Amino acid sequence: MSVAGAVSALLQIALVAVGSPLLVGVMRQIRARLEGRAGAGVLQPWRDLRKLARKQPITPRGTSEVFRTAPLLMLATTVAVVAVAPFVTIAAVPDAGTDLFVVVALLTLGAAALALAGLDTGTAFGGMGASREITILALVEPTLLVAIFALSVPVGSTNLADIVTSILHDPSRAITPANLLAGVALGLAVVAETGRLPVDNPSTHLELTMVHEAMVLEYAGPDLALVELASAMRLSVFLGLWATLFAPWGIAADAGVGALALGTLVFTVKVTALGAALAAGEVFLAKLRLFRVPELLAGSFVLALLAVVASFFFG
Amino acid sequence: MNIVATAIVGTMVVAVATATAALLVPRPARSAVVGVGTALCGAAGMAAGIAALAGQVWSAAVAGLLPLAGVVLTVDTLSGVFLSVIGAVGIAVGIYGIGYARHGLDGRWVQAMEPLFVAAMLLVPAAGSVGTFLVCWELMALTSLLLVLAEHSHRAEVASAARWYAVMTHLGFVAILIGLLVLTGHADNDSFPALRVAASTLSPTTAGLVFALTLIGFASKAGILPLHAWLPRAHPEAPSHVSALMSAAMVTLGVYGIVRVGLDLLGGGAQWWWLLVLALGAVSAVYGILQAAVGTDLKRLLAYSTTENMGLVLIGVGAGGLFAAAGNTLLAGLALTAALLHVINHAAFKTLLFLAAGSVLHATGSRDLDSLGGLRPLMPGTTAAFGLGALAGSALPLGPAFVSEWLLLQALVHGLAAGGVATAVMMPIAVATVALTAGLAVATFVKAFGVGFLARPRSEQAANARESPPTMLAGMGVAGVACVVLALTPVLVLPAVGGASGRVFGTTDPVSAGLLTVRLQGFAGSLAPLLVAVTVVAATMAVAVLARLFAARHRTRVSARLWDCGAGPLSARMEYTATSFAEPLQRVFDDVVRPEHDVDITHYRESRYLVNEVSYRLRVPDRVEHRLYRPVLAGVRAWGRAGPRLANGSVHLYLGYGFAVVCGALILLVVTR
Repeated sequence: MSVAGAVSALLQIALVAVGSPLLVGVMRQIRARLEGRAGAGVLQPWRDLRKLARKQPITPRGTSEVFRTAPLLMLATTVAVVAVAPFVTIAAVPDAGTDLFVVVALLTLGAAALALAGLDTGTAFGGMGASREITILALVEPTLLVAIFALSVPVGSTNLADIVTSILHDPSRAITPANLLAGVALGLAVVAETGRLPVDNPSTHLELTMVHEAMVLEYAGPDLALVELASAMRLSVFLGLWATLFAPWGIAADAGVGALALGTLVFTVKVTALGAALAAGEVFLAKLRLFRVPELLAGSFVLALLAVVASFFFG
Repeated sequence: MNIVATAIVGTMVVAVATATAALLVPRPARSAVVGVGTALCGAAGMAAGIAALAGQVWSAAVAGLLPLAGVVLTVDTLSGVFLSVIGAVGIAVGIYGIGYARHGLDGRWVQAMEPLFVAAMLLVPAAGSVGTFLVCWELMALTSLLLVLAEHSHRAEVASAARWYAVMTHLGFVAILIGLLVLTGHADNDSFPALRVAASTLSPTTAGLVFALTLIGFASKAGILPLHAWLPRAHPEAPSHVSALMSAAMVTLGVYGIVRVGLDLLGGGAQWWWLLVLALGAVSAVYGILQAAVGTDLKRLLAYSTTENMGLVLIGVGAGGLFAAAGNTLLAGLALTAALLHVINHAAFKTLLFLAAGSVLHATGSRDLDSLGGLRPLMPGTTAAFGLGALAGSALPLGPAFVSEWLLLQALVHGLAAGGVATAVMMPIAVATVALTAGLAVATFVKAFGVGFLARPRSEQAANARESPPTMLAGMGVAGVACVVLALTPVLVLPAVGGASGRVFGTTDPVSAGLLTVRLQGFAGSLAPLLVAVTVVAATMAVAVLARLFAARHRTRVSARLWDCGAGPLSARMEYTATSFAEPLQRVFDDVVRPEHDVDITHYRESRYLVNEVSYRLRVPDRVEHRLYRPVLAGVRAWGRAGPRLANGSVHLYLGYGFAVVCGALILLVVTR
């Protein structure tokens, strides 16, 4: 990897790591304001993380190293994706390319590791959360992969850099029917993958409705801080991927100082706007029953399939 | 004499010598002798395969060894792929068998069959004529059948499983026999070169018939729907190292047969052949993994996962044939490379998984995930082995299967516009299938590993489990190393596999693999498995170090009680089981798997408002089997019942039959002359 690539990767990692909790803060603040509450402020997630990180590390009895390494692995896979995705600049993409299938599979690997940790605790909560999370994950996968298929067919490559440059060179590609359908399908998949309403309620602590929160119930202190940070970063990564695929304007083509600064600014604005839209939308939504979620995901899968058909006939 | 010849002859000599030794050596040393012999046999086979992949072609004919046809052996690169796979599995299984067979499996005949089974499997891809092929195929079926029966005195289900296996494998054999004989009937002799010449003169209908018949036989061996019914029965009931041999090596020979007959001997053929293969593969992949995702029997789950993986392989083979029929041989080579690489990867991780499952069975006596758990502190080696196998089986990065599935997806992505409407319809379906399979595979293996090995033991047997002997761990170690090597450096096998599949279609190697990156030839697309692994590991370590630095105040971990809602200590009965873990998925796919619920409530005699006992049973039957096989079996049974009425022992009736038949024959002669 070149020096420019390494600098860009480090910049992206730093940006996402620092910015993700702030994004969560912004989204909570928007939700609070829309509901008529004052809100805790944008910085609250960072304050929580600091507080958690300073606590004594705790190992629940009977858990193995799976429980201890899962948050690390989840964070690491997310960081690995951030390092090579063309979020701020295409220079971050290594010579071998950033394959979309690899990106999706890496993020799945992190989620699967956390589900194993949920099972490792041996409590009913952990198992329940893991079971639900894995079910949703298994059902989102077809949508993700078929939507990627639809996006990559006109370009002839599953490399993120190729897809981005093809739209940058020919902006009319961004509004082809295939792209629009794939955009909606991937949007639903992102909502499901990041555990937002209506698939999962990130702020619930009620047994019957918890998905992600039930799975990580046994985590405390620094481990919980890692889990929270990883979840926040996954949200940014999924929103960032969506923005990169469907609105790639503003991504720097090289690693010059000015280009990086502009790219950073544009990426921040894009992800914040998407996050704000998601938060505002969530105010009007209730959580779906768990067994209605497959219907939503089946709908997104059909959209993805239509996108493939459209890309064959109109692409 | 070249290496291939030496190695193949060596395999046979070692196998026969080991089998003889198994009959003579006393019990204490028997399993060690057989294990070493089997491993040597596998090593020789692998050497032959590697030499063949390196470009050595060998052909030999021994006229008098079999009556009429003689024995013809031909080894080319395609055989080389399968020879190396079977040989490698043989090595791991041989070493593992030393320790595993000590417990009730060291009878003379069972032990003698093990090297013979490996040798028979090695001979199938080395066969160079129809006669030799069929004899070796049958030898393989018989030796494996005897090995499946090894534990018939312990469990009643073994006999039933073996009956299913025997019947289905022989029906498959009959189909292959008819198909190949039809083809041979048009050729000068039964050697493969003669068949290739004859195939070019066949009418499309005859060629289609030959392909369809052989496809039935080979698909049944590969455990493809709807001919899979023997597989989830025979694999769980066989001893675990035999399951590994069958699941990782034997079923792949079904794929070998389809590729050899369809693509090589018949030279491609019509589009519908490969659409059929692709569709069968897609259905098998989804159905197999769905059954695995809702199953709770560890070995049965692995058996269904075999059906899934063979389905994925057939998607690759079918796509390859489809692209070749459309004239795009480079893409066809890519699809076949993906399929063959998946055969290799599947062999590595399925061997590992079955051996680890055998180790669990050996230690706990149970295959039921609902009564396992908590094995991590008791059996660290086995847990690590199964964990690695589970990572590989779920086709996630850092596992070997990810590389082959990635290649398969690339072939499908680039193939959308390769062959008109047929591919335009099939490719999205195939991608969706692979995607759904990938998601469900993650669920399956998280369940198998998380419920089976982590958390707390759910039964007395699981709580008293002990780690397996070193030879078993060594066997798992061999398979585990193979998994890791295949995952990180596919460059070691990809050029050979790519060359073999390129040769089938007469093109160049469709994939160029450097040490770090795998690149497609002629298409955009590259993957760097080693870099991905290094990045993830480095990031994990960096995160760990940073987390420690950040939390510098407290370096020691304290242990604490699990959250139990303040209701006292949690018991194992409160844990999530495999059944409960799979319940949401089972509900989502309710219409496909059709589970059978059975609720039984008994009341107190005094009042029917007071419940004495509630029992709940859930079964997930194999629905395809239910719908397809039951009518056939009912028909056979009805025929069997009609038999006694037709043949009731009365000599008069039999004389009457004779009279009627003679009269009928005479009338027929009079009418037709």
